[in-house]
Amino acid sequence: MAIEVRIPTILRSYTGGAKIIEGSGDTLDALLSDLDSRHEGLRARLVTEQGALHRFVNVYVNDEDVRFLGALDTKLADGDSVTILPAVAGGSR
Amino acid sequence: MARYESLLDACGGTPLVGLPRLSPVVPDGAPPVRLWAKLEDRNPTGSVKDRPALYMIREAERAGRLRPGATILEPTSGNTGIALAMVAKLRGYRLVCVMPENVSDERVQLLRMYGAEIIFSSAAGGSNQAVATAKQIAAEHPDWVMLYQYGNEANARAHYETTGPELLEDLPTITHFVAGLGTTGTLMGIGRYLREKVEGIEIIAAEPRYGELVYGLRNIDEGYVPELYDASVLTRRFSVGTRDAVLRTRQLIEVEGIFAGFSTGAVLHAALAVAKQAVREGRRADVAFLVADAGWKYLSTGAYTGTLDEAEDALDGQLWA
Repeated sequence: MAIEVRIPTILRSYTGGAKIIEGSGDTLDALLSDLDSRHEGLRARLVTEQGALHRFVNVYVNDEDVRFLGALDTKLADGDSVTILPAVAGGSR
Repeated sequence: MARYESLLDACGGTPLVGLPRLSPVVPDGAPPVRLWAKLEDRNPTGSVKDRPALYMIREAERAGRLRPGATILEPTSGNTGIALAMVAKLRGYRLVCVMPENVSDERVQLLRMYGAEIIFSSAAGGSNQAVATAKQIAAEHPDWVMLYQYGNEANARAHYETTGPELLEDLPTITHFVAGLGTTGTLMGIGRYLREKVEGIEIIAAEPRYGELVYGLRNIDEGYVPELYDASVLTRRFSVGTRDAVLRTRQLIEVEGIFAGFSTGAVLHAALAVAKQAVREGRRADVAFLVADAGWKYLSTGAYTGTLDEAEDALDGQLWA
């Protein structure tokens, strides 16, 4: 099951510079573990030791924030697109 | 209701207009799904930010933090700065804005016309850097007053006390409210008000997703979440890319005649997503969304004309919302 994952610039040191990588998993949790098996250390940058998403990381499945979909338990399906972004202060405010 | 004692008194009371052509078509006999636009560009300086600017300055005056002739300092890349500049001018304060150097030229010109001074922070640091730089300058000038829109409760309160009640009065059947997420003040204030008054209301955030430059932090620990943000106020949160925002901004002017800034395109994209979902589920929906400003300040980007690819290129690396 292929899920496309977009990696932000600051985390590409874990993906050999790749912008987009592929992984698999029924949930976001499973996907991140799958990615970590090939890109060691990536998961620890996104998930805290307590098992929650890092405060300054936003993860979107098909452009929707996973914190409102079930966080790490968010269900994934083949063809879904996952985007990881650091939290920033926004634009023209 | 057309006469006011001064420009400051003309803040708020903006129109809510229906979008009969953009609202999705529902099958015969199905409950209606309607889109409504709250035109916040009809405020004194042309954006929703007049409301929090006025509230934050009045609150600082009330608390004795602002005295005649005082200097106000604020990290802002646009509308809040312009709104503060107008209020500061009329009430006799000096304004210093800290903004990233990659904002559109119109914003710089407008700020200077209102008499504001500008300190530029690096483009690569985005708004995060503007916030950090402003905090540093504030420490060096303890007599300056930083209103700090990202953490000032008067920002959200402006919407709790004005925009929220206006929406409910004009649209008592509201089921969804959609707005952009920046300082988060708009969604926190309106969201809290509507949640108290309307059972089952859905509060939806549309967050602009910029080009990579804007996210060029050195470390993920340097990320930033505004102090005002309370995720429990929101029902859903969408990230909208440049291409979708431009597409919807153009659709809004082509189909409904509303000339809005690109942040509104992102908001409309999310509003259409929830409206179409309501149609699929056969639910009645009155989806109100917020038009934060008009498109005038963004014309120089060139993104209103040409192909979508060209528009995407033109906005790459810019803070378009």
